Amino acid sequence: MRKAQGSWEKRILKSLNSMCTELSIPLARKRPVGEQKELLNKWNEMGTDEPDLSLFRPVYAPKDFLEVLINLRNPNYESGDSLSFRTHLGLIQVPLKVKDIPELKEFFVELGLTTGQLGIDDSTQVPPELFENEHVRIGQKVLTEQDSAAAQQYIRQGSPTALRAELWALILNISSHPEDILYYEQLKTNVIQHDLLVDSLIYKDVKLTASNDDYYFVFEDYLYQVLLCFSRDTSVLSHFAYNSASPPKSYIRGKLGLEEYAVFYPPNGVIPFHGFSMYVAPLCFLYHEPSKLYQIFREMYVRFFFRLHSISSHPSGIVSLCLLFETLLQTYLPQLFYHLREIGAQPLRISFKWMVRAFSGYLATDQLLLLWDRILGYNSLEILAVLAAAVFAFRAVNLMEVTSLAAAEAVLADLSTLKVMPLLQIFLFATVT
Amino acid sequence: MNYPHTCCLPIPTDPAVQLKLHQDLPSGCSFQTPVTLQEIMFKNYYTAFLTIRVRQHTSTHTPAKWVTCLRDYCLMPDPHSEEGAQEYVSLFKHQMLCDMAQVLELRLILRQPSPLWLSFTVEELQIFQQGPKSPSMTFPKWLSHPVPCEQPTPLLEGLPDPSRVSSEVQQMWALTEMIRASHTSTRIGRFDVDGCYDLNLLSYT
Repeated sequence: MRKAQGSWEKRILKSLNSMCTELSIPLARKRPVGEQKELLNKWNEMGTDEPDLSLFRPVYAPKDFLEVLINLRNPNYESGDSLSFRTHLGLIQVPLKVKDIPELKEFFVELGLTTGQLGIDDSTQVPPELFENEHVRIGQKVLTEQDSAAAQQYIRQGSPTALRAELWALILNISSHPEDILYYEQLKTNVIQHDLLVDSLIYKDVKLTASNDDYYFVFEDYLYQVLLCFSRDTSVLSHFAYNSASPPKSYIRGKLGLEEYAVFYPPNGVIPFHGFSMYVAPLCFLYHEPSKLYQIFREMYVRFFFRLHSISSHPSGIVSLCLLFETLLQTYLPQLFYHLREIGAQPLRISFKWMVRAFSGYLATDQLLLLWDRILGYNSLEILAVLAAAVFAFRAVNLMEVTSLAAAEAVLADLSTLKVMPLLQIFLFATVT
Repeated sequence: MNYPHTCCLPIPTDPAVQLKLHQDLPSGCSFQTPVTLQEIMFKNYYTAFLTIRVRQHTSTHTPAKWVTCLRDYCLMPDPHSEEGAQEYVSLFKHQMLCDMAQVLELRLILRQPSPLWLSFTVEELQIFQQGPKSPSMTFPKWLSHPVPCEQPTPLLEGLPDPSRVSSEVQQMWALTEMIRASHTSTRIGRFDVDGCYDLNLLSYT
């Protein structure tokens, strides 16, 4: 796995280097004073800028990453031509251990049919005295006590909209001390002083994704403020201690090979890919103060999101999520799985982009936030794979009738009307197996 | 389906192995003199179950018998999946079924019932014997028999009271400890070198 991650990283670096040489743009450049002043004035409205980004292309898109994952092979694995009891019919060929439905039922026990949920039991037909009022009252108590562990347990049943921002901050251990605001201001100064090639990639990504989204285009300026600062933040480097990835390295010009002049590029070691800005966009609904929004995003990234684009055997890593999705579908919807495979529409090819983005940009925002509540509550990304399988189960009837990959994509193109909690509950607890 | 397989182990001739081996055998090792084993450490490579047998030295002239000291120890909870397949494992003498004293020969038996893996073994095998017992200390007499309180020496003229000075110094020390404890861990991380961030291309190491 480490080898595969290493060679994937090399490909990304080569791509970035060639972009650098082809466009004759340096990786980093100190801004002249005039430009610094201009940027400082425009800081709150960077979205109005229309730089020429036509020559830039994203370093990679999720489907490139999927091809790498599909080709992962264990050299010690007996993958003979004959079908055996363990032939992987899906795209992922690595035999990682994933949970089955009985284990998932135990893990996600609070999502069961007899437990109240926000996203189900707060709908207009249900009188609030049955669940919602009491749940809100408990949430307020948890916040007063400032009990982070209790908040994590509480949020498994969903968070009331009014309390969500504070609850997430409590679970992620984010508090706004003056030094945190000062740190953010320091990052802002770093953005003003140096211009990075990665900045153009971020601009391009925001313009291509969030700006085109009906829900998120209003937050365009916030996204620049967060992502440009994120690239300068060296404290993010510490997450590489538990990440299978490594940050890209470079040397000051003229000092190649001298370790005292070795630096990481970008300073936070994370090269953004197509869709990266969608990790930040939903958070803009919750936090309006830039330094707090920044801290929440950074913590979400170093706890969860980094696992969605690096190759590792972790149970919440993207490889395990893909395998979990495929295994769930194969085991509980074998006819659908077989049919889709026969028509050349491997299900993972459709669901991969949902999982890599943690469903951001595919679900309605209120539904997405209910989903991310559970990611925080269970401290695991496995729910993304379960939801992906549940979506396929929900649209199984239509999918059985399609005859091509394009038609299957069309059936699953629009998820904005889906209600996630009923889907998850039915798939885990109410499906006859 | 069980495929018990006594696998050939490459025992490293690494100086880190703290025992002088008499002989490297295909499935274990033997020692020149009887030793007491403390710990066995290795890196797993797709072995599912491990059994360890030892042959101990007996004082009488009866031939030494093989004794199982670890039976089917599970290294991979699911032999068909990757979990535990490449873990580092340490086994201590308290986990063993028999006393690990006077060991002459050691044999490792590896099992991997799943047909999915092409090969399985253990690597980087290291065996540690019990270190010498720490010598018993004789405490100096004055520790166990504290002397009665001495008369304080008379104060020299013009000097402050020593007990007051000591309490003030203690207070100052407590203050510095408090300040050190509340020191913020937030770093103002610098990513440039002396203000310069003019880079070459990215390196591929």
